[in-house]
Amino acid sequence: MAEKTYLQAISDGLRQEMRRDKRVFVIGEDVGVYGGAFKVTLGFQEEFGPWRVLDAPLSETAILGGATGAAIMGLRPVAEMQFADFISCGWDHLVTVAAKQRWRAGTPIPITVRLPSGGGFSGGPFHSQNPESSFAHIPGLKCVCPATPADAKGLLISAIEDPNPVLFFEHKHLYRRIKGEVPDERYTTPIGEARIHQNGDDLTVVTWGAMVYTAAEAAAKLDDLSVEIIDLRTVMPWDKEAVLASVRKTSKVLVLHEDTRSGGFGAEIAATIGEEAFEDLDAPIKRLAAPDTPVPFSPPLEQAFIPQVDDVVASLRELAEY
Amino acid sequence: MATARVAEPSGSLQEVKDWGLDREDLLQIYRNLLITRGVEERGHILYRQGKIPGSFYTGRGNEAAAVGIATAMGPDDVGTPLHRDMGVHITRGVEPWRIFANYMGRIDGPTRGRDGNVHMADARLGLIAMVSHLPAMLPVAVGCALAFRIREEKRVAVAWYGEGASARGDTHEGMNFAGVRMLPVVFVCDNNQWAYSTPTHLEYAVEHLADRAQAYGFDGVVVDGTDVLAVYHEAKRAIEKARDGGGPTLIECQTLRMEGHAVHDDAFYVPKELFERWAERDPIERYRSWLREHADLTHEEEDEIGVGVKRLLNEALQKAEQSPLPSPDTLLEGVYASQDDLETPHHK
Repeated sequence: MAEKTYLQAISDGLRQEMRRDKRVFVIGEDVGVYGGAFKVTLGFQEEFGPWRVLDAPLSETAILGGATGAAIMGLRPVAEMQFADFISCGWDHLVTVAAKQRWRAGTPIPITVRLPSGGGFSGGPFHSQNPESSFAHIPGLKCVCPATPADAKGLLISAIEDPNPVLFFEHKHLYRRIKGEVPDERYTTPIGEARIHQNGDDLTVVTWGAMVYTAAEAAAKLDDLSVEIIDLRTVMPWDKEAVLASVRKTSKVLVLHEDTRSGGFGAEIAATIGEEAFEDLDAPIKRLAAPDTPVPFSPPLEQAFIPQVDDVVASLRELAEY
Repeated sequence: MATARVAEPSGSLQEVKDWGLDREDLLQIYRNLLITRGVEERGHILYRQGKIPGSFYTGRGNEAAAVGIATAMGPDDVGTPLHRDMGVHITRGVEPWRIFANYMGRIDGPTRGRDGNVHMADARLGLIAMVSHLPAMLPVAVGCALAFRIREEKRVAVAWYGEGASARGDTHEGMNFAGVRMLPVVFVCDNNQWAYSTPTHLEYAVEHLADRAQAYGFDGVVVDGTDVLAVYHEAKRAIEKARDGGGPTLIECQTLRMEGHAVHDDAFYVPKELFERWAERDPIERYRSWLREHADLTHEEEDEIGVGVKRLLNEALQKAEQSPLPSPDTLLEGVYASQDDLETPHHK
């Protein structure tokens, strides 16, 4: 066990899996010599060679389509989108081929797609998005959004092991900011199981990714309230039982995410709570998310876009007083 | 300016023997051509009888292109044939009754009623099922070739696309990547001159699509797609070159789509004279003449093969019609794969 950053945990987990399993290879833009835009694969090409750490042309479709073909032939590709935003260039391939091949043709597609996502550092409209809800909507795809270094490693190994296409959203704002204890040995974190980030009795926050920390900071400011924070960890499949159990305990729930509001995955969670735990609620379900705009560049605009600690405090206060 | 090589037409029996085909192979090609057309003709009848839901697509006119390429593939090679390439499925050994079952949405079709038409493939035969978004399977075939290269296997992937799909970015990305990495993949363009109702002069501005190969760093060749042996010869050459580390080849098979885009389309926009001209080059008639002239095909042999194909197809139809429709209870099964599902012939 050692303390590692979120980024080191991903890098170490991937390296460990490549050492263990020769079928695993990395493909993406600038992942080889340069070590990836965020240096997740730094030194990988020296260790594993140019045919297991492939620098691809600017071709998201060829990267994802190529990963799919290689997976069908028995390999375990880990494809990197340089930024999650660029997945739009490979959307067709993931949604049309990879997501549906098992169901319609009996051909599983065991690929992992790493997606550096999220904002908070003036990346602007094309380097800051959180597109997980778009993919959670597609039957056949899995979406993973770890918040802690330990989960980042465990979920990455689960994603590689999984016989399905798994989109691994790694939040860029957590890369070097968040540290935590990470076991040295190989382990998996189950896809589809939430984690209770902190226990509480008065209010529930359901969230994932970087917003877990925003929620925790907000909860720390509310001395008089006991806030339970559910870190969903995976958005598809999502841990409905963990959410419902917490809501039944606290009777008041805030669904929080960094993605935009309308059609965001929080809407699905809120609807499910409404359907299945209505009788347990003491207040209307509250949603806090980014407004329905592209992600802005300039700091004051971006701060207004991404839910801030004070926004969460205000939402929780409102819920408590209802 | 054209840069692709134009293939020679098929030659004498001795030449064809030098390309690796003995007389039994030649008769098998004939049989596969007849089965290919027979499956699609019977499909038309099934459609008119109301037994095929949705629409129905055929590859009439493309039989030789499909059979010729598939005949040149090795047993461990893989491919992503499309909706004009029934001949690939037949040549690789898909049983016709399973194709009819797929047409009719029955559980014994390779997709068990989950997808129609030729959106199917038998993994045991090295084939990967197509999607409607063309040419989405082209980068997938490139990925298969990448796996072969990473593992240093002497296997080749064959990627089909049409001249219509040549306009999409997947084609460019797949070919560019394959060229950069010199992957063991052969690109086959079924140029049937019409993308639904759109003629070639509105699809591309080069003389031949195979000319584009040079831009990707590999060879292109234009071949008469109604000449099954010429197609075979070029495919054999390209596949063996890829197998030996020589990288990709683009083979453009020139044909005419002899029917509408699908069964609902009467192709009124295709000039009648064009159909008449290409009808004279019917791939099956051409090959039969060649066999008579060069391989001493006898009437008895012709009859025997013809009758055998008819029997095969009649029995296949009967068997397919006995296959049940899928139960609605199965709808939710298999959206996600389990580890056990990875036990396929492909994934090993």
